[in-house]
Amino acid sequence: MSTSPDALHRALGLTDDEFAAIKVVLGREPNHVELALYGVMWSEHCSYKSSRIHLRRLPTKGDHVLVGPGEGAGVIDGGDGIGVALRIESHNHPSAIEPYQGAATGVGGILRDVFSMGARPLAVMDPLFFGELDDARQRWLVEGVVSGVSGYGNSVGVPTVGGELTFDACYAANPLVNVLAVGALPVDRLVLGVASGPGNLCVLLGSRTGRDGIGGVSVLASAGFDGADGAASLDDAKRPSVQVGDPYEEKRLIEACLELLDAKLVVGIQDLGGAGIVCALSETAAKGGVGLNVDYTAIPLREEGMAPWEIMTSESQERMLAIITPENWEAVAALCAKWEVRATVVGKVVEPDLLPDGSRVGMLRVRQGVEGTIVAQVPATSLADDAPLYQRPLARPANLDAINADDPTHDEPTGSLSDELLELLIDPAWVYRQYDSQLFLNTVVGPGRDAALLRMAGPGLPASNRGIGLSTDSNPRWCALDPRTGTALTVAESVANLACVGASAKALVNCLNFGNPTHPEVMWQLSESVDGMAEACVALGIPVIGGNVSLYNESGGNDIDPTPVVGLLGVVDSLIAPPPGWQWNSGNHVVLLGTRSAAGDEAFPLGGSRWATKRGRRGGRLAGFDAGRLVPVINFVTKEIAAICAGADSDITAVHDVSGGGLAAALAEMVAVSGRGIETISLEGRGEFFAEFPGRFVVGSSNVEALVARATAAGVPALVLGTVTGDALRLGDDVNVPVSELSARRSGALSSQLRVN
Amino acid sequence: MNRIGVVVFPGSNCEYDAASAVTDLGAKAEFIWHSATSLGDVDGVILPGGFAHGDYLRPGALARFSPVMEAVRSFAAAGGAVLGICNGFQVLTEAGLLPGALQKNRGLTFLCQPTTLVVASTNSVLTRSTSLGQELRIPINHFSGSYTCTDETHQQLVDNDQVVLRYVDNPNGSRDNIAGICNEGRNVVGLMPHPERAMSTLLGSADGRALLAGFVGQTVVVA
Repeated sequence: MSTSPDALHRALGLTDDEFAAIKVVLGREPNHVELALYGVMWSEHCSYKSSRIHLRRLPTKGDHVLVGPGEGAGVIDGGDGIGVALRIESHNHPSAIEPYQGAATGVGGILRDVFSMGARPLAVMDPLFFGELDDARQRWLVEGVVSGVSGYGNSVGVPTVGGELTFDACYAANPLVNVLAVGALPVDRLVLGVASGPGNLCVLLGSRTGRDGIGGVSVLASAGFDGADGAASLDDAKRPSVQVGDPYEEKRLIEACLELLDAKLVVGIQDLGGAGIVCALSETAAKGGVGLNVDYTAIPLREEGMAPWEIMTSESQERMLAIITPENWEAVAALCAKWEVRATVVGKVVEPDLLPDGSRVGMLRVRQGVEGTIVAQVPATSLADDAPLYQRPLARPANLDAINADDPTHDEPTGSLSDELLELLIDPAWVYRQYDSQLFLNTVVGPGRDAALLRMAGPGLPASNRGIGLSTDSNPRWCALDPRTGTALTVAESVANLACVGASAKALVNCLNFGNPTHPEVMWQLSESVDGMAEACVALGIPVIGGNVSLYNESGGNDIDPTPVVGLLGVVDSLIAPPPGWQWNSGNHVVLLGTRSAAGDEAFPLGGSRWATKRGRRGGRLAGFDAGRLVPVINFVTKEIAAICAGADSDITAVHDVSGGGLAAALAEMVAVSGRGIETISLEGRGEFFAEFPGRFVVGSSNVEALVARATAAGVPALVLGTVTGDALRLGDDVNVPVSELSARRSGALSSQLRVN
Repeated sequence: MNRIGVVVFPGSNCEYDAASAVTDLGAKAEFIWHSATSLGDVDGVILPGGFAHGDYLRPGALARFSPVMEAVRSFAAAGGAVLGICNGFQVLTEAGLLPGALQKNRGLTFLCQPTTLVVASTNSVLTRSTSLGQELRIPINHFSGSYTCTDETHQQLVDNDQVVLRYVDNPNGSRDNIAGICNEGRNVVGLMPHPERAMSTLLGSADGRALLAGFVGQTVVVA
């Protein structure tokens, strides 16, 4: 650190204007340590400085929302005295460089967000995006990321119950690894990350601090990759910014923290994630309106010779900050000793400083020794809350009109529809078999289906027969054509997935994965996407209770397609029987619920469909988001399936929503899983086969007259497509594939593309 | 039998599931921390699944040194019923309470999936309420579940009727499709599949009840 501060700030990721702003805040030049603190806290990753003004447009209120955006996790009232916590995060750049550790620490980080609220983590889902698998590097990334999620998640003892798997060339140099976690708590254990009570102690729990992950938020997460192809030389240079995970440490940390909370031994607690201890200290102090004195020499270190700025910004994993009263210290130390969790007093809560103008400001003072030399002193709120907010320029991409005009909807190639359909089928079981999906005896519907369904139960929770529905969804193909409509339809798709397990949507979290925010086209995509999400959430009555923004997903100047991922949480009021799956019975009728065509009897457009993308057609338009069309069918399916979960008899034997691959893929998946063929009426062209428009469901019924009557009474279109019969998928005269071939192609697709057994 | 101790090592994670399963069958579950030197007054003890001591070095290799294992050893020697599920099975082999070892799965990946087991012997504390040849749908959840042993040990296991459960469709490369074994005294059983995860049709299978009901000493299986 021999360079002068004015050159140093750029190396720390701060702009000249931001450096000037820091000097105004402090009324002086910052020293090196202070500059490093601002460097991480004012990074894009921590401060949301490019996105925050847009995120304000999302609806966040709801009677059942206990904690909205801004805390470790959002929390809703799930009923029966149980709070349900939900959080989603990205770990994209670390995973691009070191896939195993990047994915593993992504899981670890999100779990700490959840148990820092007092909630026991109950499940994880992982939406993953890679390049095409004909490239060896992509196969290496897939295997690394999946083993990282598996290796950490299984060991730490939290089941992985679902996710997404998307392959597209735009992710080749910049894969996306998002992780969602859900937890549950008795509502009276809810705790916030707030420091209060001057004289209280700051206790650091968990791992020692090392040099791993220094500057992760600023160096890695808040800048793109320069290499055109994820170049190895660049990866190597950034590898020291990737953290290393220890699930065994995290497991003991979870148990110790939950016991501390149950014993009411802590005043506030917060995880150490991006930006390390400075983030936890400044955020808890800012929320509590207090000052903190921290002795950096008290922080247990993994290696010698670490400088104060390294100690304060290290992102070493498996650490938590607890605020406790001094009289509880012995009990806290004893409890942590039982779990073999290190607990160290590293600081103290102090009164805010009184300024000459009479106002008060909570100062974060980093000292060498308890009363020793001050190496940094800055207003806590200036780190946590006062990063500049940018209204970055927006511009609709100049080529979007041409892209929208290049519409594949009326393509009718002469090839075999059977072959086109088989190409679209992929069973992700090779991935999810590697995840423990059943721990805690809650998993009623696990990975590989429309949505996961869990019992709302767990150690230490009040008894309940309720269920939690969970789905993660994204559709970058849609969002590339029209980020506003694409995002709104993604929300609709997620709600439809929950309907398949009988769950009513209660809360949404989002992970907004976009390109470089200094590109006006990217900011336009982000802004449009937020508006589309807001529109859908308002129309469907779903509050947004948290989110994460991942920018700079670019490589060699090319941004990824806009990839907003939504995580949706729903509740089933009574869960005593499993909902129907994809397995129908011989003699059942096959019924399409929802509209057969778009408004005005137009075929649904094929723009953004998997079918079109597979054929290199990346243009076109989307059908609009139309709540008037979506709400009746989603409500109908939710109600029908919820009744089955509550133990009612029903003629519905199977249900699946129409999504990726369209109606033909939905039918094929049900045939493959049930091992029973069907014969249907003729479908009208590729549009009806492969268009992907949410709010349509395929159901199997043992009493089709009754089903159609109920649907009609609810204002829901119901079309009898055919019957379950024979040992082949027969769609009119166009498709005729034996069940055995269908099943083999679908189940072998992924492992053959990955070239594994 | 109605008091079942569930040993908890740091890193165990199926202890709540095991406790809930035996409670569901009418027994009383008591957690026993790994540093305990006595099991207290229990009628049987379960070593649950998970990653005891992080599974560092290799699964079970550190757990066998936890103080509680001496108590488990004495309890077993006195004829007490001991059940090791998954990681618990690995601990029992490392501790020498059961022969053989569990190595990495044939495919070198973690596997969480349903399996079909067939009862190979009803003469053990776990399988005594089942019938010979009965098929049970029970999930597995492990990376190191491929049972291996020397030829002599295998011959002994077969000759003494110590193989209690076999896979119908071997998922992990286990020798002789072995899913679970017992000791010569028939009071110590280890198996890789998770019967506690198969307690209810709501969760996909209730076939684990037959096994655990036998272990907690019930002769009538509650459906």
